[in-house]
Amino acid sequence: MTRRDTLERLFPSGWQDDAVFDNGFAGTGMCDGESIRYIGVENATEVGVDQALAMARLVLDTVKQHARRAILFLLDTQGQRLRKRDELLGLNGYMAHLAKCVELARANNHPILSLVYGEAVSGGYLATGMMADACYALSDAQIQVMNLPSMARITKIPLGHLEQLSEHSPVFSPGVANYAQMGHLQEIWDGELAAKLKHALMRVREARPADQRMALGQQRGGRCVAYEVVQRVEHAA
Amino acid sequence: MRKGYYEASARDRIRGVIDPGSWGEFIPPTERITSPHLPLLDQPVAFDDGIVVGAGRLNGKDVLIAAQEGRFLGGAVGEVHGAKLVGLIERALKIRPSAVILLLDSGGVRLHEANAGLIAVSEIMRAILHARVQGVKFVGVIGGSCGCFGGMGLVARCCDVLLMSEEGRLGMSGPEVIETVRGVEEFDSRDRALVWRVTGGKHRYLIGEVDMLVDDDVAQFRAAIARAIEAPADFSLEGLEREHDMLARRWSRFADANDARDIWAGLGMPDVTRMALMSTEEFTRAAENVRERP
Repeated sequence: MTRRDTLERLFPSGWQDDAVFDNGFAGTGMCDGESIRYIGVENATEVGVDQALAMARLVLDTVKQHARRAILFLLDTQGQRLRKRDELLGLNGYMAHLAKCVELARANNHPILSLVYGEAVSGGYLATGMMADACYALSDAQIQVMNLPSMARITKIPLGHLEQLSEHSPVFSPGVANYAQMGHLQEIWDGELAAKLKHALMRVREARPADQRMALGQQRGGRCVAYEVVQRVEHAA
Repeated sequence: MRKGYYEASARDRIRGVIDPGSWGEFIPPTERITSPHLPLLDQPVAFDDGIVVGAGRLNGKDVLIAAQEGRFLGGAVGEVHGAKLVGLIERALKIRPSAVILLLDSGGVRLHEANAGLIAVSEIMRAILHARVQGVKFVGVIGGSCGCFGGMGLVARCCDVLLMSEEGRLGMSGPEVIETVRGVEEFDSRDRALVWRVTGGKHRYLIGEVDMLVDDDVAQFRAAIARAIEAPADFSLEGLEREHDMLARRWSRFADANDARDIWAGLGMPDVTRMALMSTEEFTRAAENVRERP
């Protein structure tokens, strides 16, 4: 889905862009009478230092100018920008800075949500959508670390073997259903997005949940050991 | 006697960093907590899943410490590996150590458990930042043979203080990944001098990505970590604004830089052609008035 269609469906009572950057956008949408700050990237862009910096600025300004306003990340990215120049400048530092700004917003009572409406791949997703209080994706969206052929090449495991395993395990292969089963996605969205957004906001505002993705992954049977390992380290004698 | 940090194992590094006799490991290898995913791929497992976590003391101060083992799948993060680190951070929230020390040595997400690894890295980042808001201090350390790449490059920069040796490497996409996708003209991963100029400790120190540069010696790492623990913790809007200014300045000045040497010269570093040859001490002295910092 295009970002315009996504915004129309999320905010049927109105939305307005007020900032643009390279393959990125930000604005305000109305959800049940409440203003929501949306910040996103589009066209399956690679997220580089300039875009990470722009998003960090937008988050910091939201904290300074709009107390407690919810922030919604809208994502369509094929990953971090794979260029020598971006590495030279320290892309990891820019991405981490963005993640820190999101945490500051959370600490200042801004609910943080994210929605993958296109693609989300590894580094382009980590510092934005994956830092949210609750993460969502549209049913026709795509989330992945790497496609199976590339994974087969790098790990030197036959592609057929990986394909066969991915039928039973959510761990290897791309797909929003896998990320839901592993507890990362709170929910997969389609249909009435505005109602779902309203509900998601209410949920975060009420519970202000800590990161519950491991427990959710355990419940859904997609990540069966992480939760227990955390408990054992946390409570080891 | 000098003992190299670069080549040392995770357990040797921990032994060299904390006070003798103070170590206690959580879910040690004897408990056999291994990856459930690797056997499906006919891959060998490690009884610690490539990361050692535990508690100790440093100059008498209580610390929690984690060390990634680069010799096992390049220190890459899988489900168990990541959960051990998250568990250590959760524990820090309860016991409030002087610091959590992360000895990082990792290529990033373990591709054999791709989705679990990526989610785990995001959970580590969230846990660290949440704990920082609560006042827990994190010291990141980079100086191992796998460097610190992928999501772990972000984790490193989520710490309060970051230490690195000249031989350490820090980045997001490794040079091999960029070369594979964009071609050798974009990044020749076999050009060791180029890789060093882009990812190495001296460059990262000069541009303000790391706070301390350390000689490749376990005892010197210990001394530097002890100093880092004393640094004041800060996670504030003002602190992030300062960091933002530094990053914005770097982007506006060096967006067109083609080589690290352009940046070094632009910052006013004298004698950039000799930089690789300088000792850590000589280099940090020369860099003192020109290096960027938040």
